[in-house]
Order: sequence, then structure tokens, then C-alpha cells
Amino acid sequence: MIMNVKEYIESGILELYVAGALSPKENEEVYEATQKYPEIKNEVEEIEKALGVLSTSIMPVDIPIPFDVIKKKIEEQGETAKVIPLEAKKTNWIAYTGWAASIILAAGLFWMVNQNNELSSDIKSQTLKNAVLEQQIVDANANLDEATALINLLREKDITPVGLGGQAVAPDAYAKVYVKKGDTKVYIDALGLPEPPEGKVYQVWSLKLNPLTPTSIGLLEDFAEGNKVFELENDNESEAFGITLEPAGGSESPTLEQLYTLGVISATP
Amino acid sequence: MEELVLRFQQKDMKAFEQLYDMYSDQMKAVVYNIVRNREDVEEIIQDVFVKAWNNAGSYSAEKGRFYTWILNISRNAAIDKTRSKDFKKGKQNSDATFFVDIFESHDNLDKKVDAIGIKKYLNNIKEKCKVLIELIYFEGYTQKEASEETDTPLGTIKTNLRKCISDLREIVLNR
Repeated sequence: MIMNVKEYIESGILELYVAGALSPKENEEVYEATQKYPEIKNEVEEIEKALGVLSTSIMPVDIPIPFDVIKKKIEEQGETAKVIPLEAKKTNWIAYTGWAASIILAAGLFWMVNQNNELSSDIKSQTLKNAVLEQQIVDANANLDEATALINLLREKDITPVGLGGQAVAPDAYAKVYVKKGDTKVYIDALGLPEPPEGKVYQVWSLKLNPLTPTSIGLLEDFAEGNKVFELENDNESEAFGITLEPAGGSESPTLEQLYTLGVISATP
Repeated sequence: MEELVLRFQQKDMKAFEQLYDMYSDQMKAVVYNIVRNREDVEEIIQDVFVKAWNNAGSYSAEKGRFYTWILNISRNAAIDKTRSKDFKKGKQNSDATFFVDIFESHDNLDKKVDAIGIKKYLNNIKEKCKVLIELIYFEGYTQKEASEETDTPLGTIKTNLRKCISDLREIVLNR
């Protein structure tokens, strides 16, 4: 910076500089000048001093403020500045831990509720399966009982099987009647009969042959279910058995056109 | 001096105390000239120096003198106070009462080293010097603002201020 130092000083820029009336750029320029020219620096210091004396001179009263007051304020503020972050840190840890615990707890509860729901639903379906299985066992036991009863029946000493052959209406049909000596019960094995059409039912007749006298001993109701072995009461002196297809509820006398099977009891078993 | 400021910038409390001893009375006067009451001066000066300490790192010599820096903080704090709601009483119109008027209103000068000189200076101070020193030094007007306020060309403001302060220096610095 080439300049006339005296001129620079006389311009009055240094007074403005000390009073703080210059722009930041001008301030930097003056600062550089003070660094470069000791006369300028000296001038600045004298202006500063003169203004300082002027200032203190106008004070009407002493307003003592010991430096300790300032220092204490700074230290107090330093303490709070130090203490606050520490507290904040501690509080934060507790808060974070709390939040973390809450989130974990919430997640855990959610998981447990979920698990509980799943297990409840599993139990329900298992209970249902159990019920089904129990029913199957009951059914199986019932079937077994029936089968056992059937086998026992067939094995009895005094039982007489009577084969009933297919007739004109249903040549392929067949049936068996088991008659027990000295017992009014007869058992009809109707496995060889076709499924009766809707609204029709098989009726079993006990026959006297001479003269031919049919007597109804019962209907094979609920034909589709079970093992197709029917137990009927027969207190007649039967010589033969016939099965006809009759309207639901049965008929007074057999409809001979609808005679499905017929068989005669052998004279001597 | 430079070293003292450097130590202050590095938050040396001892250096800060020395600077406080050097400048606090002057800043009290600057603040008093604006707020015109004792309580506000006490409050503002404490705030100013606490603020200076807190902002020590932001000060740099390139931007201006430490003296100018603390002067700026003081004036701004005082002006903020006059603008704040709780400052309803007291001086409002700076044009009406200048620093000179404070001087004329008291007899506290006997204690001051340069009292006689200052009294002589202020008794003979030119009106333009009174206004310029008040505006630029005590109230922090920029050169441009002072120029507009006084209807004086920018260059004239500079040279006039130079002359006013030279007279002051002649007297108070015994030159």
C-alpha cells in the first residue's frame, strides 16, 4: 500500500475507525495500514485514549461494578452450561432406556398376544379335530360292535340262513335271511338289493306256502345307512321269505310285480 | 495491548480483568449517555462484558480495535434497552440532550485527572463538534448516517471530526 501517511492521518478516517463508523472493508484497510505504519497505529491509539478520557469525564456519578460481579456471572453461566448438558445426558440415558424398554415391552406384548391368538386358534382346530376323531372312534366302535354282533350271530349254533334269489324285476338282486330256532328275531342281510328309488321302501314278507299267505314282518327303513343288516320281529311259522318294493310306509299286501327276492326255508337245517 | 487482547481471545480471565479495568468506566459513560439512569447502566455493563467474554472467539483485530468492538457492544446494548418496553421513562430524544449536557449538569469533575482540561474543552466546544462526537462516538452513527443527519457532505464529516478530536487531544493529552 503506497500512500501519503500524513494525508491519510489527516483525512479523519482514523477517528471514524475508532468510533466504529466504518464499513467492514474499510476497517480491514485501516487495520492493514496500522500494521504497516507505526505512525498510523500510534495515531489510532491516541484517538482512542482521548475519547476514553472524554467519556469517563462526563460521568456524573460513580457506578462501581467490581470485576468479580462479571466473573461470577460468567462462572455461574459456565456452571449451568456445564451442568445442563450433564443432566441432559443423564436424563437422555434414562429416557432412551425407558423408551427402549417401552418399545421392547410393546413389541413383546404384541408378539405374545399374537402367539396367544395363534395358540388359541390352534387349540380350536385341534379341539375340532379331536371331536371329529372321537366321533370316528365312536362310529368305528359302533361298526365294530355291529360287525361283532353279526359274526356272533352267524356263528350261533341254531341259526339258519335262507337265501333269497332275484326275481323278474331284479334278476341280479339277492338277500339273506337268518332265522334262529326258538327266537322270534330274524336278520335280513340286504346287501344284494339295489338302492330303493325315492319314495319307495323294501318290505319283508313272511310266507306260508300252502296256501300262499304273505304276512308283513317289517320295512327296511333307512336302507342307505349302516351295514344293511336289519333286525325284524317274526312270530310267524314262516316257510319262505319275500322282499317287495312298496310305496313309503309299506302296503297291506305285497305288490307282486315288484317282488325283488324270494327264498324258501330249507325243511331241515 | 495486542498480547492482552490475544490472551482474552483465548479466554484468559486475568487478561479479561485487565481489559475490564481499562475500558469499563468508559463504557459506563457511553451507556449512561444513552440510558441516563444508574440501574440500567449496572445491568447493561454486566451484560456487555459477559457477552464480550462469551464471544471472545469471534473477535478479531482485522475487524477493528478491541476498544471499538466493546464500544459497539455497549452502544447496541444501551440502544436495545431504550427500545425495550420497560424503558418508558427517561431520555428518548438524543437530539435534545447531548453528552455535553451531562457534563454541565454535575460537579463530579474534581476527581478526574483531566477535569480542568475537559471543562475547558467542553466550555469552548463548537456546536458541530458537539453534534458529531455525540452522533458518531456516543451513539454509533455511521459516517453516512451522520452526514444525512447533519446535512453535511461525507468528506466534511470526516475532516470536521478529525478537527474536533484533535482539539480534544491537545487538551487532555497535554500536547
